[in-house]
Amino acid sequence: MTTILTCTLKNLPSTSKWALRFSVRFLSCSSQLRAAPAGQTKSKKTLAKPNVRNIVVVDGVRTAFLQSGTSYKDLMPHDLARAALTGLLHQTSVPKEVVDYIIFGTVIQEVKTSNVAREAALGAGFSDKTPAHTVTMACISANQAMTTGVGLIASGQCDVVVAGGVELMSDVPIRHSRKMRKMMLDLNKAKTLGQKLSLISKFRLNFLSPELPAVAEFSTSETMGHSADRLAAAFAVSRLEQDEYALRSHSLAKKAQDEGLLSDIIPFKVPGKDTVTKDNGIRPSSLEQMAKLKPAFIKPYGTVTAANSSFLTDGASAMLIMAEEKALAMGYKPKAYLRDFVYVSQDPKDQLLLGPTYATPKVLEKAGLTMNDIDVYEFHEAFSGQILANFKAMDSDWFAQNYMGRKTKVGAPPLEKFNNWGGSLSLGHPFGATGCRLVMAAANRLRKGGGQYGLVAACAAGGQGHAMIVEAYPK
Amino acid sequence: MVASRAIGSLSRFTAFRILRSRGYICRNFTGSSALLTRTHINYGVKGDVAVIRINSPNSKVNTLSKELHSEFMEVMNEIWASDQIRSAVLISSKPGCFIAGADINMLAACKTPQEVTQISQDAQRTFEKLEKSTKPIVAAISGSCLGGGLEVGVPAAFDMMLTGRNIRADRAKKMGLVDQLVEPLGPGLKPPEERTIEYLEEVAVTFAKGLADKKISPKRDKGLVETFYLTELTAYAMTIPFVRQQIYKKVEEKVQKQTKGLYPAPLKIIDVVKTGIEQGSDAGYLSESQKFGELAMTKESKALIGLYHGQVLCKKNKFGAPQKDVKHLAVLGAGLMGAGIAQVSVDKGLKTILKDATLTGLGRGQQQVFKGLNDKVKKKALTSFERDAVFSNLTGQLDYRGFEKADMVIEAVFEDLSLKHKVLKEVEAVIPDHCVFASNTSALPICEIAAVSKRPEKVIGMHYFSPVDKMQLLEIITTEKTSKDTTASAVAVGLKQGKVIIVVKDGPGFYTTRCLAPMMSEVIRILQEGVDPKKLDSLTTSFGFPVGAATLVDEVGVDVANHVAEDLGKTFGERFAGGSLELLQQMVSKGFLGRKSGKGFYIYQEGVKDKNLNSDVDSILASLKMPPKSEVSSDEDIQYRLVTRFVNEAVMCLQEGVLATPAEGDIGAVFGLGFPPCLGGPFRFLDLYGAQKIVDRLRKYEDAYGKQFTPCQLLTDYASSPNKKFYQ
Repeated sequence: MTTILTCTLKNLPSTSKWALRFSVRFLSCSSQLRAAPAGQTKSKKTLAKPNVRNIVVVDGVRTAFLQSGTSYKDLMPHDLARAALTGLLHQTSVPKEVVDYIIFGTVIQEVKTSNVAREAALGAGFSDKTPAHTVTMACISANQAMTTGVGLIASGQCDVVVAGGVELMSDVPIRHSRKMRKMMLDLNKAKTLGQKLSLISKFRLNFLSPELPAVAEFSTSETMGHSADRLAAAFAVSRLEQDEYALRSHSLAKKAQDEGLLSDIIPFKVPGKDTVTKDNGIRPSSLEQMAKLKPAFIKPYGTVTAANSSFLTDGASAMLIMAEEKALAMGYKPKAYLRDFVYVSQDPKDQLLLGPTYATPKVLEKAGLTMNDIDVYEFHEAFSGQILANFKAMDSDWFAQNYMGRKTKVGAPPLEKFNNWGGSLSLGHPFGATGCRLVMAAANRLRKGGGQYGLVAACAAGGQGHAMIVEAYPK
Repeated sequence: MVASRAIGSLSRFTAFRILRSRGYICRNFTGSSALLTRTHINYGVKGDVAVIRINSPNSKVNTLSKELHSEFMEVMNEIWASDQIRSAVLISSKPGCFIAGADINMLAACKTPQEVTQISQDAQRTFEKLEKSTKPIVAAISGSCLGGGLEVGVPAAFDMMLTGRNIRADRAKKMGLVDQLVEPLGPGLKPPEERTIEYLEEVAVTFAKGLADKKISPKRDKGLVETFYLTELTAYAMTIPFVRQQIYKKVEEKVQKQTKGLYPAPLKIIDVVKTGIEQGSDAGYLSESQKFGELAMTKESKALIGLYHGQVLCKKNKFGAPQKDVKHLAVLGAGLMGAGIAQVSVDKGLKTILKDATLTGLGRGQQQVFKGLNDKVKKKALTSFERDAVFSNLTGQLDYRGFEKADMVIEAVFEDLSLKHKVLKEVEAVIPDHCVFASNTSALPICEIAAVSKRPEKVIGMHYFSPVDKMQLLEIITTEKTSKDTTASAVAVGLKQGKVIIVVKDGPGFYTTRCLAPMMSEVIRILQEGVDPKKLDSLTTSFGFPVGAATLVDEVGVDVANHVAEDLGKTFGERFAGGSLELLQQMVSKGFLGRKSGKGFYIYQEGVKDKNLNSDVDSILASLKMPPKSEVSSDEDIQYRLVTRFVNEAVMCLQEGVLATPAEGDIGAVFGLGFPPCLGGPFRFLDLYGAQKIVDRLRKYEDAYGKQFTPCQLLTDYASSPNKKFYQ
């Protein structure tokens, strides 16, 4: 309570509508005032909990997200991560020595930098006394990095954590075949020339066939696009609906880009190339053009196409998380609180991409909020079909009762509050980095549009999912 | 072949296919009685596409009955006559089943070959009409579609028509049998099965529309059938009569070798194909319907249909649902049997403890389970991930930890009564009250095992057959004290393990071992009389046994055979005599235990396919040689000496009430002991060939050898009244 009090008081002098709104909320015990123009009332005034540290996002940045194979193609993952980290240092001017810990998420690991967090931190000029580790949880790796940081701060182990994520799909580790590797390893151990020759004599041409990183779910051998197509069919999502949704994502992203709303992007001078300042995957097209595309996974009658799926992306993000009192003591003006979060998991075959459906009601219940309390939704868009299937699942009592063990549906998010600045379909989806982008988009949208609560949700390979409530930091 | 073709299903896939010339989805539609209201088929129109839904009432599957056929023709005529309809989709409303094949009951009801021929010809006419349909028809198939055929003329099709095997949908696509595959959907806004069928229909309707609008061409990608076999060269070669003759010859040889001439159907199919190619398709169709009619009337057909019905019966739990579902199973002894039982349990999702006394024994058993599962991965029946998940249901251990949670314990320790007593007492000290104790033994009476039990109502026999993962039969043995719920529980577990189950009364050798023992005794005598094991094997296999008699002894294990023969010999005395047990005893003492020790009647070597006779057995045989009796030593007599002893003992089991029904006797003999399937089992054999003939033979052998061949009372009763049949 004290925190709110201070914040509110601090904000009182401000003349903006938002300050008014918060002060009103503070006083909102009176029913008369509840009808104030500042917006609808919330189930809870804040999600602060007694005896739990408030954790804030001071700020977050990302490199522009580029289609893989473009300007970032000659970099290594830690280069991109470094760019995000230096960008964060620059943006926040945080003294390096106060950073207690650094956590990065990534999915496809570059074998040379398997702890990419540490390599990037060293290269970005962070103190070599700051430990760093890397986490991986498919498309919610950055979310895992953030919530790991939240855990460290909440438990009092750290005060200042940098969390982020990186993915460089322009270059992926392609390995020798197992047979070839075995022969090469055995050759290392062979002592005499005879032993070596006998090993080499076992060489067969097929040893040279390379091994690519798996694109398919390990447990089911099904590619994610294939599963998304089946999911869309299971929920009877039509091709047209999917194309329309994708078009919406691209159009909104374009608008946000043009209006300069994507303020979390930091310019990155790529060595030997121009400075990159803009996402390059935003391509609003027309429904006619999109309709011409052939299905990418289930041929020839599937509905998931290149135009209504997220594309392979290079990019990195980073975020400065602190205990609120520390941030205030250092004179920061935080952007948002990180509140309740959940991780969920379900059948990786038929419900691979339904994470948001399972996570949303759970996190709302945990926070004591309802869908009506949420002002902005930021969901990860893996495929149009996946988003729309999730909408239908969230809006179905039958699904809630038969598969989620709930009495009623949670309801689908209203579209006017949903991914208003574009999403992974248009902005791009560097697997390990998307989580931070979602949280920053939610925080920035809350600041810009004047809401209090944001809901971030994402699905991930392995049939997992995540949701977190972001609460706007009072101005 | 009918029976084996009428069951089974396509795997998790659904598929659909565009009918075009020379492609059949299902045959044997029949046409006769027209019904006013349609109960099997209805159709609706979506745009300009007619959707024909097949749904046989009160049945889990759709079968090709006369009613279904006539309704289908009615509907098709309406569709062809309608101006509004431009294409059609054929789909089943039953999840997982399109059309399971011809209605066996319909075929069985036919009294003459002509009737069956008529049915077949009606079907051909229907198909001709479908083929010539000007409106495209798309068949949307989900689940089993059997008996549905391939057209003649492509050599690759031979194999499939002949063995009647079930093709997985993805394979069918590769072979060019189906045009598109639709994978099953997960949960959406409706139950997955329901939505999958709906989706299949949607996709099929789109295709039908596309075909009618000429947006999609019915020409498919060349499947394997075309690419591999109908390259221009082969197509050309097939036009040369000489080459064709060679191909027919090869195929016939192969079929002869596999069926030993015991199954008439495959050879007739070749005939039909030949006629079709040589004399044109009309002659081919005529020949097909006639041969089909003839085949349906054969004894083989009746025997196999009988087996089919028996198997359906033995796949049901007539003891009702057990009070408590078995979720945790424990298997004692990680030997061949124990590990086998564990394997068929874990892959059905049962949490199974495999306990052995030694780490080496346990490790061997765990490896056996893993190998069994891994072989499925190699055959692509399982993914490596599924294998790992299944394998995680298995816990290997040396102690009784976790037995307090076990719902059932199956012991498969060595066949030694005192050892079985020891484990029974140990186990009863740790298991909960409701836990069933099942003994896997092939000969020890269950009541003797149960004698030391504190709770004999919970003790039951579960006799599995080796190799457990391949042999379908499970013989469940109840004592007088075994409770009904215990039996229900054992049957439920057996069914879950995918077994065909017979329930028999306790007694020495139960049913299966008891039938086998006198036959084995005869095997030994025949060997002693100088017939060499190879010759004996070929005599038995040419009679229809899947495994030769000498090989069978090696497979079972010479020591086990000896053990059983000694035990049962003591109980049954002279009736089980014949050959000298000395032969087995000497073989055991020399370490010739059969396949497991690498040497028995044959020598077994890893990777060597053609096994050689073990010449060391010759000297043993020579020392035990008996003079053959020429009047009963012709090849046929040797075969019948074996079979009649088997059959006589089987009838004896029915007489004594060990068997509850003849059907269980037939299923037990065919599925557990390899009694020739073309004969349908001992009781069907008696019905079809006449009990009198068998009694005559028994009398003849009785004259030569005495009491061992005396026909039992029940058998002579049946022989003396020719109208009396085991299957009425």
